[in-house]
Amino acid sequence: MAEKYVGQRVKRTEDPRLIQGLGHYVDDIKLADMLHVAFLRSMYAHARITSIDTSEALHAPGVVAVYTGQDVSSKIGQVPCGAALPDLKVPDHRVLATDKVYFVGHPIAAVVATDRYAARDAIDLIIVDYEELPAVIDVEGAASNSTVIHEHFGDNIAYKLTAGEGDIEAALASADHVVKQRLVHQRLAPIAMEPRGVLARYLPGEKELTLWSSTQIPHLMRTQVAIMLGIPENKLRVIAPEVGGGFGSKLNVYAEEALLGWIAMQLARPVKWIETRRENIQATIHGRGQVGYIEIGCKNDGTITGLRYNVFADMGAYHQLLTPAIPTLTGLMLSGCYKIPAIQMNTTAVFTNKMATDAYRGAGRPEATHVIERAMDMVAAKLKMDPVEVRRRNFPTPEEFPFKTATGLFYDSGNYVGALDKALEMADYSKLRKDQAAARKDGKIIGVGVSTYVEICAIGPSAATPAGGWESATVRVEPTGKVTVLTGASPHGQGQETSFAQIAADALGVDLNDIAVVHGDTAIVQYGIGTFGSRATAVGGTALVLALEELTKKATRFAAHLLEAEPESLQFEDGKFSTDGKSVSIQEVALAAHLARNIPADMDPGLSATRFFEPKNFTFPFGTHIVVSEIDRDTGDVKLTKYVAVDDCGKVINPMLVEGQIHGGIVQSIGQALYEELVYDDQGQLVTGTLMDYAVPKAAMIPWLELDRTETPSPVNPLGVKGVGEAGTIGATPAIVNSIVDALSPFGITHLDMPLRPELLWKIVNNAG
Amino acid sequence: MIPAQFDYIAPTTLDEAVALLSQHADDAKVLAGGHSLIPAMKLRLAQPQLLVDIGRIKGLSYIREEGGQIRIGAMTTHYQIESSARLREICPLLPEAAGQIGDVQVRNKGTIGGSLAHSDPAADWPAAALALDAELRAVSSKGERGIKAADFFVDLFTTALEQGEILSEIRIPIPKARTGQAYLKAAQPASGFAVVGVAVSLVRDAAGKCEAAAVGITGVASKAYRAAAVEKALAGASLDEKMIAAAAAHATDGIDANGDLYASAQYRKHLAAVYARRAITAASR
Ligand SMILES: Cc1cc2nc3c(=O)[nH]c(=O)nc-3n(C[C@H](O)[C@H](O)[C@H](O)COP(=O)(O)OP(=O)(O)OC[C@H]3O[C@@H](n4cnc5c(N)ncnc54)[C@H](O)[C@@H]3O)c2cc1C
Repeated sequence: MAEKYVGQRVKRTEDPRLIQGLGHYVDDIKLADMLHVAFLRSMYAHARITSIDTSEALHAPGVVAVYTGQDVSSKIGQVPCGAALPDLKVPDHRVLATDKVYFVGHPIAAVVATDRYAARDAIDLIIVDYEELPAVIDVEGAASNSTVIHEHFGDNIAYKLTAGEGDIEAALASADHVVKQRLVHQRLAPIAMEPRGVLARYLPGEKELTLWSSTQIPHLMRTQVAIMLGIPENKLRVIAPEVGGGFGSKLNVYAEEALLGWIAMQLARPVKWIETRRENIQATIHGRGQVGYIEIGCKNDGTITGLRYNVFADMGAYHQLLTPAIPTLTGLMLSGCYKIPAIQMNTTAVFTNKMATDAYRGAGRPEATHVIERAMDMVAAKLKMDPVEVRRRNFPTPEEFPFKTATGLFYDSGNYVGALDKALEMADYSKLRKDQAAARKDGKIIGVGVSTYVEICAIGPSAATPAGGWESATVRVEPTGKVTVLTGASPHGQGQETSFAQIAADALGVDLNDIAVVHGDTAIVQYGIGTFGSRATAVGGTALVLALEELTKKATRFAAHLLEAEPESLQFEDGKFSTDGKSVSIQEVALAAHLARNIPADMDPGLSATRFFEPKNFTFPFGTHIVVSEIDRDTGDVKLTKYVAVDDCGKVINPMLVEGQIHGGIVQSIGQALYEELVYDDQGQLVTGTLMDYAVPKAAMIPWLELDRTETPSPVNPLGVKGVGEAGTIGATPAIVNSIVDALSPFGITHLDMPLRPELLWKIVNNAG
Repeated sequence: MIPAQFDYIAPTTLDEAVALLSQHADDAKVLAGGHSLIPAMKLRLAQPQLLVDIGRIKGLSYIREEGGQIRIGAMTTHYQIESSARLREICPLLPEAAGQIGDVQVRNKGTIGGSLAHSDPAADWPAAALALDAELRAVSSKGERGIKAADFFVDLFTTALEQGEILSEIRIPIPKARTGQAYLKAAQPASGFAVVGVAVSLVRDAAGKCEAAAVGITGVASKAYRAAAVEKALAGASLDEKMIAAAAAHATDGIDANGDLYASAQYRKHLAAVYARRAITAASR
């Protein structure tokens, strides 16, 4: 394969339509006769519904129908939870609340009206009588709280799980020091630029339901919604049109998606619901939400002997698709990029009166990385060693791969020292330390933070995933010679329309612009799993490579037939098959294969191939982030004055796309480290329920990001790629926090919980209590 | 995030507008740039039945000098003020404050009149208006009157404007020679509004001492205020580091400070003193 496009900074072919406003998101799709849905949502975190009166709403102008939990609970199945764990408690999860509400934003009733405004107005006319109950908010106290959210479970514990290998007691006993720390991973809102939205259309004659939904997983959703509605899966079509970001929040099957489908079937009219930003913050899944206790043992020379992490994980009131599984990803990644002989994670997953947590960019791995990267710094502080040295001491060498961790994983490949050294050089680390010492003498508060991370991508082997971990691809050369790629991955901003076209263009020797990458429509694309877990290129891209190989083989046989030569004698280069001075282009081959007047007797007409890829392992990208921060003594304001990141995501198809992913991830990390936190008060009211209170970082808050890469190919797939979608949110947060803790170490600080708001830092510096 | 139903009228003269307001009394609200009112309507915190859009009225958007005053039409956008080269020369506090409001989109739509009339306790303009001794002109079907900035801000989202009155113009005495000004702000990272904002306008005598100072502070309390104790400490003082810090320490004297998730009352008071010190220092350069 000649690499004309792969590895190049090809501009995203998606962008011209997007920046001109010509893309079609769910809300841009308008159907004749379309009705609009608005939801009445609970204003209480925990309450019994004693009565609902919808009569006035039903008579309001423009209102066509009002549905409550009573109307639908026997008609629509449960909102699905795909995670399987021993003794997992799965609450009854109806699409609308019936007798109780469990969180602020819990949907209670749906109003269908001729326009959005009429639907929203009628919401205010529904009268609900509540009997308020105490709210379970504190994560650590939830397990023993006398208020039980799902009463028949007896307590608020969703599951308890112990994971890890090695004799942790012995490991900690053998340590010269054991460092302990409580640590909070605050709840975050994913805040995709485009909120969720669903449009449903039912054709009663054809008995066909179509759902347009802003989702990362159209095929999985088709299966699940068909089950929820009790309709044949082959009569349901799910289309993910342009999707304006997901970050995991659209890797789910939500109540609203099934409900809209059901309403369209009742009324035989198209119905649309577009989430407001307020609903988005209240009732789209949240991320993180763990409170844990670290115990890490080390020898005097810095060697880590063992790590224990006892964690309370906040599920929220219900399980969404993967809610209970997220902390298990934390458990898998606790070893970080270090040789730790014994690791134990004890999870207590609890129900609280809040929206469900689930996969938010990183999904359990940022938590793990934060735990181990903070722990390594605390070990360094304890031993008065340089944090870089402690890390170096515990790295496996490149020769030790595949590297087995005490969490049961085999890391595929890595050169941790390579990425670290490159980053140290870029940042001029030893000079940074000298400058820091000098600046401290001048009274400045400056810190240097390092994080060396590894993450888990290319999710994943089917055995390790709830609904298939493979991916699919079809390649067709159309009669006119244009190439169509159908990918089961459902990209939603990552740029695979470009990168997959690069792969296909090189494989077939055709022009990039002759390739269309089609995705996100279950009626057009073969079944696929979707885009999440940094899998689309490593798994979906590999399926594409396999399909391209098979298609090329077929084309070679057609070409040999046309050229009256042996297939083995043919050269395939720049889109041409040639032998002995004769040649035929792949476009000519495709036409001949379609016309089928002169093809080998044992071959089917047409030129296409479909392949699936089942990965044998995950992939493990890694890297080093270095951050310099300065704290304003007077105000506690933090300025990130230097940001260096060296990321290794294996082989790179398009450096610009990789950089874009890293940029975005780091920005979200800066958000978590410094600004973002979903705060519920004691009554379970969401205090940070709008973007006026919930601080998503803006461009001016972001320092210049100096990025570079090392490239350690993955042996798991023929492309050698690993994945990069989540690296930024995984590697960056601890580097930022480490930097600020380092800055404040002269004040006796060894740990701080996020977000690191100025007031907190000001108090530390000024001892103001 | 979907407003309740409302009617909309866009009169083309101020007379028509005030007539509409007096006719509809309680039910009507003036719409200027819409960048405070429409968000409030989307959250249904405001549910006016009629919006009287004053954006189509000619002659409400201008910056001019007249009678020893700078006169700014109420519909002048933040951006127009930010980008005025003349103001940068004669009254830099105005463009400096304007440039720190929200983002470009907000500055392109939001108006100085709208912001002052809204009296958000964390808005920037009230601090500037106070520090500049602005006079706010109000027009109603009964006629026109002037209100001193010091009397204008009554409380949280409450001004001295009466039912049916439209704020038409902001008048600011042209600053004297040897005037130094600055606006500095600690922005809330989510909203961009002021956690603390300090506007300073001070006049130095020939020897470089502070002849008089005006300090307006926003974000700290339920309404913007003049920091009288700071001003008093500055009057006649030499503007050295120590004097400035001592004066700035009075930034919240007698003030009941707000506290919230982002900044406690104690921290806000501290920030007010820090920003007052920095703003006075900047203004005295
Ligand atoms: C994202 C965002 C960020 C922002 N950040 C900041 C910030 O950092 N600092 C800041 O100060 N502001 C900020 N704002 C508010 C912005 O400056 C608004 O433009 C301003 O507060 C209101 O001006 P307006 O012209 O938009 O008024 P409108 O929203 O149209 O009106 C506001 C209120 O004043 C009344 N009103 C308007 N004009 C008149 C008049 N001439 N006479 C009588 N009553 C009138 C209206 O009836 C209404 O009650 C922000 C707004 C947004 C949306």
